[in-house]
Amino acid sequence: MDVLIFLVPLAIGLGLVGLFAFVWALRSGQYDDVEGAALRMLSDDDL
Amino acid sequence: MTAARDLAVYVRPAGEGALGMELAVEGIHCGGCIRKVEQGLKKLDGIIDARVNFSNRRLNVMWRDGTLAPAEIVDALERIGYKSQPFEFRQSESADIAESRRLLTALAVAGFAAMNIMLLSVSVWAGNVSDITPWQRDFFHWVSAAIAIPAAAYAGQPFFRSAFKALRARGVNMDVPISLGVMLALGLSVVETLNHAEHAYFDSAVMLLFFLLCGRYFDHAMRKRTRAVAGNLAALKVEFAHRMMPGNEIVLTPVAALRAGDGVLVKPGERVPADGIVINGASQIDESFVTGETLRRAVGAGAAVYAGTMNYGGALDIRVTASGEGTLIDEIERLLDKAVMAKSRYVRLADRAAGYYAPVVHTAALLTLTGWLIAGAGAHDAIVTAISVLIITCPCALALAVPVVQVVAAGALFRGGIFLNAGDAIERLAEADMVVFDKTGTLTLPEPHVANAGALDPDLLRLAARLARSSSHPLAAVAAKGFANEAPVGGAVEEAGHGVRAEVDGAEARLGSLAFCGVDESGAGEADDSSRIAVSHRGRHAVLVVRQVLRADAVAVTSELRRLGLDLMILSGDRAEAVAPIARALGIAIWRGEVKPANKVAALQRLRDEGRRVLMVGDGLNDSPALASAHVSLAPIGAADLSKAHADAVFLGEKLAPVRDAVVAARRARALMRENLWLAVIYNVIAVPVAVAGWVTPLIAAAAMSGSSVLVTLNAFRLHAALRRKVGAVEVGAIAPDFPAVTGDRAWTS
Repeated sequence: MDVLIFLVPLAIGLGLVGLFAFVWALRSGQYDDVEGAALRMLSDDDL
Repeated sequence: MTAARDLAVYVRPAGEGALGMELAVEGIHCGGCIRKVEQGLKKLDGIIDARVNFSNRRLNVMWRDGTLAPAEIVDALERIGYKSQPFEFRQSESADIAESRRLLTALAVAGFAAMNIMLLSVSVWAGNVSDITPWQRDFFHWVSAAIAIPAAAYAGQPFFRSAFKALRARGVNMDVPISLGVMLALGLSVVETLNHAEHAYFDSAVMLLFFLLCGRYFDHAMRKRTRAVAGNLAALKVEFAHRMMPGNEIVLTPVAALRAGDGVLVKPGERVPADGIVINGASQIDESFVTGETLRRAVGAGAAVYAGTMNYGGALDIRVTASGEGTLIDEIERLLDKAVMAKSRYVRLADRAAGYYAPVVHTAALLTLTGWLIAGAGAHDAIVTAISVLIITCPCALALAVPVVQVVAAGALFRGGIFLNAGDAIERLAEADMVVFDKTGTLTLPEPHVANAGALDPDLLRLAARLARSSSHPLAAVAAKGFANEAPVGGAVEEAGHGVRAEVDGAEARLGSLAFCGVDESGAGEADDSSRIAVSHRGRHAVLVVRQVLRADAVAVTSELRRLGLDLMILSGDRAEAVAPIARALGIAIWRGEVKPANKVAALQRLRDEGRRVLMVGDGLNDSPALASAHVSLAPIGAADLSKAHADAVFLGEKLAPVRDAVVAARRARALMRENLWLAVIYNVIAVPVAVAGWVTPLIAAAAMSGSSVLVTLNAFRLHAALRRKVGAVEVGAIAPDFPAVTGDRAWTS
């Protein structure tokens, strides 16, 4: 079971990547207007 | 209007050579609106970016310096079909956003840590009953420690800080046992891991923080949303003043941008934008908004006029004086300072519960420690058991019991058009046993209405409304109200000081003074505070009596409030003759007229000394000290800014029903808060003996903690269903585009 020494920290490291991605998204304002984002994707005029 | 508008006060620099502005936009409903607004603005030359925030109905615009005047942006939006009003940048709002981001980050960190630690803990629990080796268990515990300690140090800050503050003030709040529980759980776990023990409580500590942060975050998000909508409503009601520039040029300036010494022209039918001295002109001023007095006051050169009063007569030139120079405003501000200082800090239900809870739990832990030592257990086992008592009683459910209910209740009130200003307003509202009303603008509608509309010929009334649309007289605006769809009469001529006349169906129709319409005045000569105008056409005529009218549901709501066990009272700044009929109509036996602001505060103080908890409902500037000094207070959205700032909640609409709804909802919410607190007590009654006996394992702690939290949360959601039936919904999601007080006010000034 020595493989746990690598696998557990690796799993947590992946989780940390997710956490940092969330914090980055939050800081860059991705959560400032969630309702607007839901409506914007319906209009396909970004040609 | 042709005068230029000066919006410079709202513009802020936005980077290199660029300017920015934030606007509240009315009537954005769908994705199509977002596109229309953004694309429409981007067509203007010089616009760098235009972005709609749909969640709070605001628009952020950036443009290159020197290419556009801010008023052009507002005009462009108007052409596209949206009313908008720039926002003044407020420090409190950006602090709100920062706080909300901090809480959400803390929540994410706690959630991440709780999930990963639980993953390791479940492995350990499963391994303990099968074949985990001590080496593997220690490894899992150390990894848990490496996650839990930094996570708790970051995510626990809101609780640690608040607990520290409470302790420094020699008090106890709910955050004290929480912080203690978290720290002890972590400390004990590290020590146990060093000793290669079977049990560690890393998961409990972090899960506790996660649940509690959920409660805090939702509470904060609800309040932020309420404030954003209330802010939009306030911005859309911003009024403009005709400011006189050198060279007699007139510029429309937002009232907020007026400075002492500015010259302002106040046309008939407009509100006086700022406190000032009349330089030129003579008029009658309706000061009901400031003093509650409905009889108009004649003013001439040299007279002082107050912001918010309505000019009924001729045009006035005024010079703005610094606020505070006027005697009335001065007095009100002095009273306000006193009232705010005298206000005893309200101890919230949760903090009161914590006051009982913390000593009991800490004593129980101490008794456990000494009990086990006396019973002959080792020091290590006794300490571990005592700490496990603290961990399992860590007030997760107790700390969630109140905020969860608060979020649900604030949400229901929000949908009902009631915006809470103060966090503890719900609890104080529920305690009210007496309601004191202001009369003018609170029991009555803020603006005068045609009082005898029901008794008049509907055709003549419609004709009056159509004629009225060609007149700028304030009384005409009253006649036009409620007939927004009627076309104005073509070719109408206004004779200043008399009325309007026009050809309708081949005969002359007139609207104006009684003499102008050829109506004999002798039959309509009551000396009261109503105004009369007449409409005549083809020999038929009708006299419209214009005065302050009761809010439509005032009678029903006051009798319901009485049925809820509340005593009612009226304290008005208006004359006794004007208050008496209102009191009679509403069946309110206790009333007083001609009450000065200081006397209102004194009357409330007397009631408080008698042990009454008073809910004050008022709108005028003269009410603001009373609103600040009452146990709890409500103000209609049309109230003076100062009054709104000092009220605990603000309500929308032309009805009085929100007062009843607020009381009903608050009482329900408080009952549920108590129920939740009792649920938490029952949980502890079961959990503490188990912990004292030393049977608690981390598995039991985790199950008990999450079970009780889920239980109180689910219980709080019962309020959601209950209030949905009780509180009438007002559509505020789109910043109330059809909301009468917003559109109505615009009709007055535009």
